[in-house]
Parts: sequence; C-alpha cells; structure tokens
Amino acid sequence: MSRHEKSPSPAADAWRDPRGEPRWVRALLIGLALAFLAFFLLAPLLVVFAKAFENGLATYAAAIREPYARAAVRLTLTVAALVVPANLAFGLAAAWAIARFEFRGKNLLVTLIDLPFAVSPVIAGMLFVLLFGAQGLFGPWLTEHGFKVLFALPGMVLATAFVTAPLVARQLIPLMRAQGSDEEEAALTLGASGWQTFLRVSLPKIRWGVLYGIVLSNARAMGEFGAVSVVSGHIRGRTNTLPLHVEILYNEYQFSAAFAVASLLTLLAIVTLLAQAVLDRLAGRGATGDGAVR
Amino acid sequence: MSRKRGALPGFPLAMGFTLTYLSVLVLIPLSTVLLKTASLSWGQFWHIVTAPRALASYRLSIGAALAAAVVNLVFGLLLAWVLERYRFPGKRLLDGLVDLPFALPTAVAGIALTAVYAGNGWLGRFLEPLGVKVAYTPLGVAAALVFVGLPFVVRTVQPVLRDLDPAIEEAAASLGASRWQAFRRIVLPELGPAALTGFVLALARGLGEYGSVIFISGNLPMRTEITPLLIMIKLEEYDYAGATAIALVFLCVSFALLFTVNLFSWRQGRAPAVA
Repeated sequence: MSRHEKSPSPAADAWRDPRGEPRWVRALLIGLALAFLAFFLLAPLLVVFAKAFENGLATYAAAIREPYARAAVRLTLTVAALVVPANLAFGLAAAWAIARFEFRGKNLLVTLIDLPFAVSPVIAGMLFVLLFGAQGLFGPWLTEHGFKVLFALPGMVLATAFVTAPLVARQLIPLMRAQGSDEEEAALTLGASGWQTFLRVSLPKIRWGVLYGIVLSNARAMGEFGAVSVVSGHIRGRTNTLPLHVEILYNEYQFSAAFAVASLLTLLAIVTLLAQAVLDRLAGRGATGDGAVR
Repeated sequence: MSRKRGALPGFPLAMGFTLTYLSVLVLIPLSTVLLKTASLSWGQFWHIVTAPRALASYRLSIGAALAAAVVNLVFGLLLAWVLERYRFPGKRLLDGLVDLPFALPTAVAGIALTAVYAGNGWLGRFLEPLGVKVAYTPLGVAAALVFVGLPFVVRTVQPVLRDLDPAIEEAAASLGASRWQAFRRIVLPELGPAALTGFVLALARGLGEYGSVIFISGNLPMRTEITPLLIMIKLEEYDYAGATAIALVFLCVSFALLFTVNLFSWRQGRAPAVA
C-alpha cells in the first residue's frame, strides 16, 4: 500500500528546504517537546529506580526475594502463559477471516473486536463478578460443584484475556490486508493443502507482526491491574500478581519495597519497548501495522 | 474447481473460532450488565446514576479525561512534528520512549507519578511553592491521564505526516505563504482527521483508566473520586446493582466514543487505529 512508501531520501533534503523553519523555531519546538517528555515520561521512569534503591541494595534484594513477591512473580508468569497463546489464536483466526475474505458485517466485526478497549478495566473485572460471583449467574452452580473461578486463577485469566483480547488481532489485520494473498494462492495452485499454506507461507510472511503482538500482549497481561484487582480477592501468596503486590506494599507504606517490585515491571516495559524497536526494524518501518496505535 | 471468497480455504474455521471466542469472552459477559440492570426499576436506576456522589465522579472523570486529551492533542502534534521533521541527538530513543505508557503497568505509572508530583517529589517540590498542587487533587488525575494517553495522537499523526507530499508545502512557499501560514492552512487540515482520531482514543482511554489514577488522586468522595473507583467501591460493598447501573452509563459513553472513531475510519477507508 502506498501508505508505506519510504520517506524521501536524504538526498532529497535540498528539495525540502522551503519546508524548513527558522533555527530558533526549531530549537523552541524541540525544547518544548523534550520538556514535555521529561515531565511526563522520563521523570516517572527514573523515579521508580531512584526510590527502589533509596534504602540500599540489601533492602531491594530482600523486597524482590521475599516469598510473597516470588509467589506474585510465579502467578504473573502463569497468567501470561495462559493468556498470550489464547490471544494469539484469536488474533490469527480473526485476521485470517477479516483480511482474507469479504463478507457482510465486516466493519461491525472489527468494531466488536475493539470493544474491550472501550471498556474500563474495572468494568471488565466486574463482568466476571456478575457471571461467577456468589450472587452471579453461574456462581451458585459453580460453588455447588466445587469450582472456584472468582478470587482464583481462572477468573484472573478470564479478566486478563478480556482486556488484552484485541491486541494481536489489531496488529495482524492491517498487516495481512496490506500484504495481500498472492503467495497463498500460488501455493494452493501448486497443490499445497490449506494448513501447509498457512504454516509455510502465511505465517512466515507475518512473523514479525506475530512476534510484535506476542510481546505487546505479554506486557499488558503481566501488567494488568484494574480488571485483575476486581477478580483476584488480593489473597497474598495465592491470588496476588506483581502489580497487585505493588499496590499492597504501597498502601502499607513500604515504599522502597513497592518501588523495588515496581522496578521489575518497569524493566519488563523497557525490554518490551526494545523488542518492539528491533521488530519494527526487522519488518521495515510501519510494516507491523497500518500506523496502528496499540 | 471454483472457490468462493477469494480462493483461500479456512474461512468457516477462522470465522467460527473468532465469533465463538468473542462471544464467550466479551459479548456474553457484557450482556450481563444489561441483565443485571434490568433487575432495577427505572426509578431505582435513575436514583443510583444521578446520586450526587456519582454525578461528581462523572464530572471529574469526563473533565479530567477531556483536559488530558486536549493537552495530548497539542503536545501530540508537537511531538509528531518534531520526531518526523527534525534531527537531533537521541531522537530514536525518544521515539521509542513515546510508547512507554502502553508498556508500563498502570499501577507502576500511578505510584511513579505520585512520587514525582507529591509535595516532596522531584517536580512537586518546585510546583507547590508556586501554588500548584498536583498530587491528591483533580490536577493529579489529569496528569495521570496525560501520561496514559500520551502515545495516541503522536502515533496516529506520525504516519500521515510522513506520507505528506512535500510538493504542497513547497507550492505554498513558492506562492509566498509564510511557514506558519503553510502549516496552519495546508499541513494542519491534512493532519486533522488523524489528530482527531488520536484525541478520541486518548479520551476513551482516559475515561476508563484506573490503575494510574487511584494512587495520585487521593480518592476523596465528591472531590477526587473517578467513576471507575466508585464502581470498584460499590463492588467491594457487594452493591452489585449500583455498580452495574453506573457501569452501564459509563459503557454507553465509551462505546459512543469508540463508534465515532470507527465510523470516522470507515469513511476514510482504512482500518481504525485503536489502542
């Protein structure tokens, strides 16, 4: 698609001259932009590490090594390990249906996929309380049969899956639309089966987009707070994920410990951003989505 | 052999899985909101959603989200412009950093912003003597929402700015327009739809935001209590009907925003760029 054309080469810069601003305007605009980023992005990012190490390395190490923190790490990893593959399967199926076929109501389907983005995380969590809570639709039946959904792993997985559902699909739909299906059609003509075509042709074509989606939904799944907060019940060592653990420590005025655990999540965010930058580069700029904002 | 639907296989499977997954995870749970609200009479519903505490929370949530989205509109355009048009050291790093709010868990953002803007914080200690209290005031709520909504306008505007044909600005210059005139009359109208999409997305995100706000807001009923927190409190008090009624009002506003963005994108003939 023409939207992905490369910007003019540096050699064309002489041509761009009429579009240049006076030097002081440039300096002013860059300065304003940097100040804004420093106030709202850089300061919060750095303060996490400053506060985490405020009381020394030993306090830091103790905070991230204590049993409750470890349990929170384990639970966070478990939730992500269950949610990300589900997101991936949904994203691939949705993108295949939407980007490869014409059908009525496609726009509606795309909007429905976006719905979770418009739902406040707290409301997302509430939905599962309404379904599985003691007064909920399925609550009494579940209790009778000994299943625990709310205030347990299944509820946290469902709430996280709800909140992160659109991420992979949103990444893949524009990408697959832009690529078209010529190669797939060629493979089929040459006698490949549908699955062979998907695994050997389609999947390699979108591999960077897929990875991008995995990285992003992993970060969101591990960091989800509002929705999980509603369904978790905050049982220490049992239903506490890392973000919830941060909240508990903070509310107990254990600030150094709260920031120490928060620094782990911040590192996760930084690694995520780095991975995204690398994937963007591998795929060629803009190829991971139609300028799609995550 | 003729294949319908563009000659590729797998439509029934892909479509079937997509619809099932979406129904089980999203649509059926969402429908419980209507079901639960239907157990209330109209009078009860109205009483709950127009209670003074609820009204105060809408005012704060909508007001702060609007204010933050306006800030992000202005600075988003500025950032997109600076990142696309100028060269300076560290530009790539900053470009990547713009996505931080999408990757950083909201609870972490919340405690970090509180630490920065509290009275003894890095920035709070300079702002407070000037009479600007940020933490534990509505201003703090807006500051948190500026953080979470920061990437939207930047990321919707950047690709449009990148693809803008240099010839039109050159033509404007050769016809005697000043840089400012060229920007205001030619570039800005081109960026308008994308900027507006980003604005609405930031607004929608800000309305529902919870994690980054509750630490910096102070959570005083009637003053610094956002609607998602009010819903949370009602849930903790087992007032499910009350929580659901307020959630329904809130969902209607959010969905209206989402449909606006999507309608807008269909008109422009491209996939909507959503959070």
